[in-house]
Amino acid sequence: MVRETVLGNGLKVLIQEVHTAPLASVWCWYRVGSKDEGPGVTGVSHWCEHMNFKGTRNIPRDQVKGIIEKFGGSWNGYTWIDQTTYLETASKDALDRMLFIEAERMDGCLYDPADCESERTVIISELQGGENDPEQLLDTEVTAAAFKVHPYHHPTIGWQTDLETMTREDLYGHYRRHYVPSNATLVVVGDVDTDQTLKAIEKHFGKIPPGTVPPRVKQVEPEQQAERRVVLRKPGTTAYWKAAFHAPAFEDEAFFPLLVADAVLNGAAGLNIWSGGGVSRPQRSARLYRALVDKGLASTVSGALMPTQHPYLYGIHAGVAEGQSLSAVEEVVLGEIDRLRTGGITPEELKKVQAQLRARFVYDGDSVTDIAHQIGYFETIASWSAYHALRTRMEAVTAEQVNAAAAKYLTASNRTLGWFEPQVEA
Amino acid sequence: MPGLNPTRVTLDNGVTVIAKSSHTTPAVSMLVGVRTGAYADPADREGTAALCARVLDRGTVTRSADAIADDLDGRGASLSVVTGRHQTAIAATCLAEDFGSVLALAADVARHPRFDDGEIATRRDNLITTIRQEEDNPASMAADAFSQALYGSHPYARKVRGTVAGVESIRRQDLVRFHQKGFEPSGITVIVVGDLDEDAAIASVAKLFGDWSAFAKASADKPALAVPDALPIATRNLVPVPMMNKSQADVVYGFVGIRRSDPDHTAMSVMNNALGQYAIGGRLGDNIRERQGMAYYVFSSLDATFGQGPFTIRAGVAAANVEKTIASIDAELTSLLDKGFTDQEIDESKSYMIGSIPRQLETNGAIASFLLSVETFGLGLDYDQRLPGLLSAVTKDAADAAAKRLLDPVRATIAVAGPWSPA
Repeated sequence: MVRETVLGNGLKVLIQEVHTAPLASVWCWYRVGSKDEGPGVTGVSHWCEHMNFKGTRNIPRDQVKGIIEKFGGSWNGYTWIDQTTYLETASKDALDRMLFIEAERMDGCLYDPADCESERTVIISELQGGENDPEQLLDTEVTAAAFKVHPYHHPTIGWQTDLETMTREDLYGHYRRHYVPSNATLVVVGDVDTDQTLKAIEKHFGKIPPGTVPPRVKQVEPEQQAERRVVLRKPGTTAYWKAAFHAPAFEDEAFFPLLVADAVLNGAAGLNIWSGGGVSRPQRSARLYRALVDKGLASTVSGALMPTQHPYLYGIHAGVAEGQSLSAVEEVVLGEIDRLRTGGITPEELKKVQAQLRARFVYDGDSVTDIAHQIGYFETIASWSAYHALRTRMEAVTAEQVNAAAAKYLTASNRTLGWFEPQVEA
Repeated sequence: MPGLNPTRVTLDNGVTVIAKSSHTTPAVSMLVGVRTGAYADPADREGTAALCARVLDRGTVTRSADAIADDLDGRGASLSVVTGRHQTAIAATCLAEDFGSVLALAADVARHPRFDDGEIATRRDNLITTIRQEEDNPASMAADAFSQALYGSHPYARKVRGTVAGVESIRRQDLVRFHQKGFEPSGITVIVVGDLDEDAAIASVAKLFGDWSAFAKASADKPALAVPDALPIATRNLVPVPMMNKSQADVVYGFVGIRRSDPDHTAMSVMNNALGQYAIGGRLGDNIRERQGMAYYVFSSLDATFGQGPFTIRAGVAAANVEKTIASIDAELTSLLDKGFTDQEIDESKSYMIGSIPRQLETNGAIASFLLSVETFGLGLDYDQRLPGLLSAVTKDAADAAAKRLLDPVRATIAVAGPWSPA
């Protein structure tokens, strides 16, 4: 299904033909995310992502607008802790144009000083828009408290103080170091011919110098020794609760058992962080939903175990219902976690959530854009073949493994608890 | 490009069924569209439709809420009920092998909700919490203040999610009545899209919905709902909603828009694209985001429905830039009214809108939503094939005229929620 090719300059190319619609999706992935940022320049990867839409040697600034829209296409990009990625999805006739754009982005972005300055305030606006959401504020604080050593500590958008002081040279240097073929993966999925596509890719990317693979993050988060707590008291209308447990990386054998544990607690969420399948979680029979939402203690509850390159976090978060207390929500969640750690899951639950996860993996790949995302995402944090092995790994999980993972990871000393306590304004 | 060419059948009782086979993934998306929504909320019970949506799938006459939850979760199927101003929809996604069972469940939910008192109490508190959460969200608060100022005594001033007082006063009987009145076979459209055989799927729907007896006379064509005109606005109005604890302000700037049935609708949608959508937010994005670096988001939108929904421009900006942002919107609109669009802008927007149709009709869920809108507004089953021609026919003059008809800074309604108050 997927044809893997490595160009002479080290660029890995993954092509999958899907002929259900006359579309093609092109994604270019870079192994650089907010974990690859040092002190003083947090947020530089995300800021670079913004700058890489602002004109290149061969795409004048004023011709960026409409470059893919003319073909009815959409483009976008995102940055997270392990990756920066860019995509275009358009009519298959626009394939050559999409490849041209990505080649230009890899090697020819301009970083005009005036554009860098103008984007500084756009990004601070993006950060402040996020701060308007108390759940996001709480998430940032809890994540920072959970990581003392590993750079997963800081938010992808960066700290505002760094965003205020970073220079054009910081941005451009980061771009040149990380945007090299040997640090990238190009994915093409859609109504294309693989051989012809490869030729076009060679034409656009073949001459880009290989560059050197940038140094990798070496820090390892030491084992957490004690429960940590974050209490945010700010004006607001409702309370939010969050827990974050240090969790296994995607390639760790405990990842899928913990994913199953989350599905038992919260319903299966799938593994596409781009679209989330666009389908709401089947969670009404899940343990935490029944214990919190059906009992009226919380309006929402959810869990998140993300596939990441290094050990990240397993989060549980809840919106506290009007008139209910954070401590009541906390008591119930921690009680349910204890029940899971001591009593494990039942064979019926395992069967149910495996059926859910099987369905989610289908919903996760229902467009050429999503299939291309999944292939590139897993290649960036592990290997593209891991995408095709999701179902096998998930189906091999036993109740014993789930119980062992819950017992190991969902402990008091491995968690950080966060409260957002709304203060009534005087 | 072959069109969707779905199969459409009207059952004897007036239920419309549309089926579209698509074998991209072994899954099915379905929508049971019901022609009722918050517009039908009793005046002193704002939130009736929203609460009804939350309780509807929490138990039927023959299935408990827990049994429904176990059934859906056991299949990895998702089912939710969403409501808008004029439409409520039961939306479900499942694997193809579960299509029959999940469709049967959706039919049961639509036809025989139990409206259990305990469930009403739980979901009422849940809805109230959601309303309270939105009171802390500047984007929601700005949108609410904007609607109230723009529509005044017109029903579009009201919130779909309701008010705390409205939701608190809803009784079980209100929900039962809302369901009896609004869930009527002639107002039901069942859409199924995915890995299925169209004829067999229609037969399954007919079996589950065909014996639903109609109160009104069945008709193949559903009449459009008559919504009164909004009152004309003659003056500019700025409504501040101070939320001093927030990091930035949300601005909503706009006008009363048009009905979906308006002959200018296609021209308006091209105008909207060129003004505030194309690439990163059209002309407005060029100015406010790209040139001035003031906002992460700025865009315009056209909400044309049975009545004159709003035409809005929205942006999130630092408090210090609120006046500058509003002045920039004024300046862009004034310049547009004076000089019109360029030919290039209109050509680009049209090519984009035409070219994006296949991409927007790629997934089962997207096709189902598109078909429901086609049916709701009587656009015709070949609308996906006619749309490129309709868009092509929009001239620069028509787009300029559309702008002139709606946009005028002198009559703008503006709401600002966030850490800002007027000097």
